[in-house]
Amino acid sequence: MKIIVCIKQVPNTTDVQIDANTGRLKREGVESIINPYDEYAIEEGVRLKEKFGGKVTVITMGPQQAESSLREAIARGADEAVLVSDKAFGGSDTLATSYTLSSAIKTIGEYDIIICGKQASDGDTAQVGPAIAEMLNIPHVSCVKKIEVVDDNSIKVERMMEDGYDLIESSFPVLFTVVKEINNPRVPSLKGKMAAKKAIIKTFNVDSIGADTKRIGLSGSPTQVVKIFSPPQRTGGEKFVGQAKDVAANLVKRLLDLGII
Amino acid sequence: MANTIKIISEKCVGCQMCAKACPFGAISMLQRAEHPKKLALASIDLNKCTYCGLCIQTCKFNAIEFTKDVPVTNVDKNLYRGVWVYAEQRHGVVHRLSYELLNKGKHLAKELGTTLSAILIGDNIKAKAQGFINRGADKVYVCDDPLLLEFQEESYSTVFSQLIEQEKPEIVLIGATDIGRSFAPRVAAKIKTGLTADCMSLEIDHDTRNLKQTRPAFGGNVMATIVTPEHRPQMSTVRHRVFKEAQLQEGLTGEIVDFKLDIKTIVNRTKFLGFVKDESSSIDISDADIVVAGGRGVGSVEGFKLLKELADLLGGALGASRAAVDSGWIPYSHQIGQTGKTVSPKLYIACAISGHMQHTVGVNADIIIAINKDSSCHMMQIATYALEGDIYEIVPNIIKEIKSCKCS
Repeated sequence: MKIIVCIKQVPNTTDVQIDANTGRLKREGVESIINPYDEYAIEEGVRLKEKFGGKVTVITMGPQQAESSLREAIARGADEAVLVSDKAFGGSDTLATSYTLSSAIKTIGEYDIIICGKQASDGDTAQVGPAIAEMLNIPHVSCVKKIEVVDDNSIKVERMMEDGYDLIESSFPVLFTVVKEINNPRVPSLKGKMAAKKAIIKTFNVDSIGADTKRIGLSGSPTQVVKIFSPPQRTGGEKFVGQAKDVAANLVKRLLDLGII
Repeated sequence: MANTIKIISEKCVGCQMCAKACPFGAISMLQRAEHPKKLALASIDLNKCTYCGLCIQTCKFNAIEFTKDVPVTNVDKNLYRGVWVYAEQRHGVVHRLSYELLNKGKHLAKELGTTLSAILIGDNIKAKAQGFINRGADKVYVCDDPLLLEFQEESYSTVFSQLIEQEKPEIVLIGATDIGRSFAPRVAAKIKTGLTADCMSLEIDHDTRNLKQTRPAFGGNVMATIVTPEHRPQMSTVRHRVFKEAQLQEGLTGEIVDFKLDIKTIVNRTKFLGFVKDESSSIDISDADIVVAGGRGVGSVEGFKLLKELADLLGGALGASRAAVDSGWIPYSHQIGQTGKTVSPKLYIACAISGHMQHTVGVNADIIIAINKDSSCHMMQIATYALEGDIYEIVPNIIKEIKSCKCS
């Protein structure tokens, strides 16, 4: 089974602080990590490989420094890694990113399953996975919480929905975006870390993926950011202290006054 | 062609305005020992730069040189008219968010001097069309076919994009639900147009007819306004409960149009096998008015039973932080935050949740009540009402108080 996992390197928001003056994130010294949802995508790819044989190729689009996330993916069990990097990709929106990644996937060659995290923690759009599927002309299922391979020709999954989950069957090749519930990612093994160190990361640029330059970077991005501003930050309100009974009574009275309950 | 951006060192005075304006932290200041006045020099890290151009607007010295690729299209924007709303239904029930979009869509259509249409996709759902007309739609397109009984990404996106290509609307609004977020990107990719996710504000630029779409970015700490200037339609997914629901009105009229599907063109390589309902909750947490959520400090499955009692009493949904979900006290479907769901209730009651950014990005509430022993934690700092104390003492008292009010 040939598996491709798409990942993104994002700033680690765990230790991000907000600048009190500007209300913006302080990005200095913030480490880069694999997007949290993508860890589940990598793990699921590796589990499928362990069960059914084959190979996991992990791919990312980003600056040269994103290579460290690819190496981490190898430490977590992926076999090969591809960095799609070129100055010409700068400023890509989700459509241009999907086009670039789908062109890179075509360059990699054959595949049975593509797995993406549901969304990236910096953009939160959840758009790139489904759009890649469209551009590759393959089916996709979003928010997958369980993958079960049935036979050589079809695969069954559970798709998380607001009111429960749907059971969906698909033919191959197919793309899934996965949610946290799907697995518990392993920590990198010593052997994995060794492999990651030695791994040769392939790098693709505009020419090697044969991309149409009108469809990449800012030229290929229909959406444009025209303004960025800080929303009013929440500031603290009223404190209720004292005996639990009084605190509770005061709160309920307040909620009644406001007509909330 | 690629974008280029650089600082003209002769013009830069080291004022740091650009560095402060950059939302991506891509600009840093370098010391210039050789400079006669020792002025600092701005430097752009091209690995971080997204070419958004905000620094250029802030530089008063024209010290940033920027050449930008522009999207090349041959779209005739004047061919595209009308505002569309995706009328989401699941298992025959129309999602409330569709009516919220209808209300906003009506305002946008009025400003643009154009019509408002709703798009219904499903099987045997024509009966739902009148409800949209009674709430203000001028037209409802109905795509009715047994093939479309259950939502599937491929079939729904094929039908929707065919309809867009045929009718050419200028704006398409889709709810940011599990369904909307799953198939809208596929539609936009088919049509090759822009899609902005999770919008919280929509406004018209009257000179250009562009839709100014504002959404949270970087974990909600900044808001970004995004336009799709050269492509049509302009597509947005819209968050729950940002706009008020369109109400039923007497005497409204409109047209119901059957969209004749060419079944042969509906590709569908997935098959719907069944649906398993989540029995643990009857209220969709993303759409709930009131959410009662628990964190690490809840400590046990029993603790969540207590919170569930409060949630049920208030007619609210039960939520949790990642820590509580990872501890196995409550299923993942209740998780709120970065790797969980986004909620937009009127009232959010955070019980023993410290309020890390990963959690609070998912909380978009009018009123937050925090109950925590630690008054210094982030959730207590941002709460509208911060109750200091043990949830096991305070929550039972709240339940008792509410019950006594309801009885009296």
